[in-house]
Amino acid sequence: MSEGTLYDKVWNRHKVTQLPTGQDQLFVGLHLIHEVTSPQAFGMLQERDLTVAYPELTHATVDHIVPTADQSRPYGDDAAERMMAELEENVRNAGIDFSDPTTGDQGIVHVIGPEQGITQPGKTIVCGDSHTSTHGAFGALAFGIGTSQIRDVLATGTIAMEKQKVRKIQVDGELGEGVEAKDIILEIIRRLGTEGGVGYVYEYAGEAIENLGMEGRMSICNMSIEGGARAGYVNPDETTYEWLEETDYFQENPEKFEELKPYWESIRSDETAAYDDVVHIDANELEPVVTWGTTPGQGIGISDPIPAPEELAEDKQDTARRAQEHMRVEPGDTMEGYEIDVAFLGSCTNARLPDLRRAAAIVEGQQVHDDVRAMVVPGSQRVQEAAKQEGLKDIFEEAGFEWRNAGCSMCLGMNEDQLEGDEACASSSNRNFVGRQGSKDGRTVLMNPRMVAAAAINGTVSDVRDLKEVNLA
Amino acid sequence: MSGTGEVDIPEVNYVSGSAVPIRGNDIDTDQIIPARFMKVVTFDGLGEFAFFDLRFDENDDPKDHPMNEERFQDASIMVVNNNFGCGSSREHAPQALMRWGIDAVIGEGFAEIFAGNCLALGIPTVTADSETIQDLQDWVDENPDGEIDVDVAAETVTYGGQTIDVTVDDAQRKALVEGVWDTTALMKSNAGEVRKKAQELPYVRDTAIPEAE
Repeated sequence: MSEGTLYDKVWNRHKVTQLPTGQDQLFVGLHLIHEVTSPQAFGMLQERDLTVAYPELTHATVDHIVPTADQSRPYGDDAAERMMAELEENVRNAGIDFSDPTTGDQGIVHVIGPEQGITQPGKTIVCGDSHTSTHGAFGALAFGIGTSQIRDVLATGTIAMEKQKVRKIQVDGELGEGVEAKDIILEIIRRLGTEGGVGYVYEYAGEAIENLGMEGRMSICNMSIEGGARAGYVNPDETTYEWLEETDYFQENPEKFEELKPYWESIRSDETAAYDDVVHIDANELEPVVTWGTTPGQGIGISDPIPAPEELAEDKQDTARRAQEHMRVEPGDTMEGYEIDVAFLGSCTNARLPDLRRAAAIVEGQQVHDDVRAMVVPGSQRVQEAAKQEGLKDIFEEAGFEWRNAGCSMCLGMNEDQLEGDEACASSSNRNFVGRQGSKDGRTVLMNPRMVAAAAINGTVSDVRDLKEVNLA
Repeated sequence: MSGTGEVDIPEVNYVSGSAVPIRGNDIDTDQIIPARFMKVVTFDGLGEFAFFDLRFDENDDPKDHPMNEERFQDASIMVVNNNFGCGSSREHAPQALMRWGIDAVIGEGFAEIFAGNCLALGIPTVTADSETIQDLQDWVDENPDGEIDVDVAAETVTYGGQTIDVTVDDAQRKALVEGVWDTTALMKSNAGEVRKKAQELPYVRDTAIPEAE
């Protein structure tokens, strides 16, 4: 049993009582909602004659179905328009703040919470979206929930949960040039498996994690769920506090910053904390990681050979065979040179300003390959605006990328942005499941944003470090 | 002023019926219900879209899939392998299976959010080791009409004249057997303690805390 970790401390501070099932009832400090998983929950509230208990601790945005090209209302897709209208009505009736596209604050739910400063250390944060683990980058206990649980949170401000074990993932050393946070998490999932984190919360620690900015930490925590862990976190530190101080919430309430800091410090894992498991990763050994298959655990270093299914653990062989058939890859080959049709730079994993900056530095002065359609979908309207101000939009457009409005877009293909037929996509997103990007025959190769930029230029999966005259700094 | 949210929550002690085997590890929720079917504001009618892209081709003609086979049409139990339901938190996945007719899932392992979503619908997710599951899947293939009894409280599955031990997570078992798997009214009854907890947390502003009803 873990003791003295951030997880234990935040859990205890939010525990209301133990339920008859043995689960704990936890207070929820921030409930983020969006248009896809909340309408049914509001419907259930109405059926049961219930209202929203803590509207001020609830915040809404629209991201999954929002078009990224033409956002004029009504939306071109009737179903999307209906979902948006339903969300508008629900938040209006309940008095919930809504970062809708007219505010300039809209974006992917896991991008806007941190931007606005409502994501804070020591909060419990839930959302009907599995990538809620992203917010753990700030030292929050954040996890995805289903719609019935959304109903619970709306009606009571609490959630029924079983406490989990804590695995510390100690990432020592320094990342090499061209290697990023995304490569760390893809390596963790490759090593521990897509189900390795079931029953665990992941604490990411060590020099390589501490040296990351908040965006990199978010990319790592974001994909905890791809390793089976419902939540992942990084202990808050000066990097965290510097970010927070600049956000709306603390700009508007500067006294709160000093007031809350002792609490943030108090919930850091103790030096003497006990963990249920500890895993070590050496950052020095990593190179850019790409996936060859159809689960995020099927990754390899860019210069490594694709494994033969029979080399893998017995329970992985069948999945690997099906994945290699779908992806049309052969054991022994590397992924370098794999032809792509689409390059997608976006998603809650990798569509924040520094992600776009790094990719733009690769793209600058280059041209997207003739056979590739490439798009940039900023994570939020604020990222979009800031990138435009910095000239990144121009760099991408001059290189032949489409520049879109903020949303989830081709990460999950719920709007018009989808793969067609058996197109292959170099993607900075988080899931390479069959059908994930909108076409059941589509092929997704996950990688970091600079690797997406390199693939867009070459038309094939490439090692960004081999591109001549590129800026990796 | 809102109500107590009390609803009738049936106890789930047993699930009995024939089964359908769905083979393969790491079956994700995008496969169980592709995202394009989630552009809806209710869960009604999702049953027909369960495993849609594995069951139908681009012309919507049926492909080889157990859920398309006549012999499995009455199945109420699904037998799956490891890490079933990984990926997205979409409750649309268990909702689609439930609306297709599934009342219990037996497997080697489940993704956490998926299992939690099943529990919120009163669907047990019971586990056994890989070999036991494969034997059961083989038996179901040979006995598509064969009756399987899942005893949630006793943590057993009985089929073909034998009873095997399975595991049901402690909290899940209690919630199902005692009929407290729908937690809304239960947790709402603690509203006073919840307010007290909110007041103790340094980041919760007084204005965010509702008055006592």
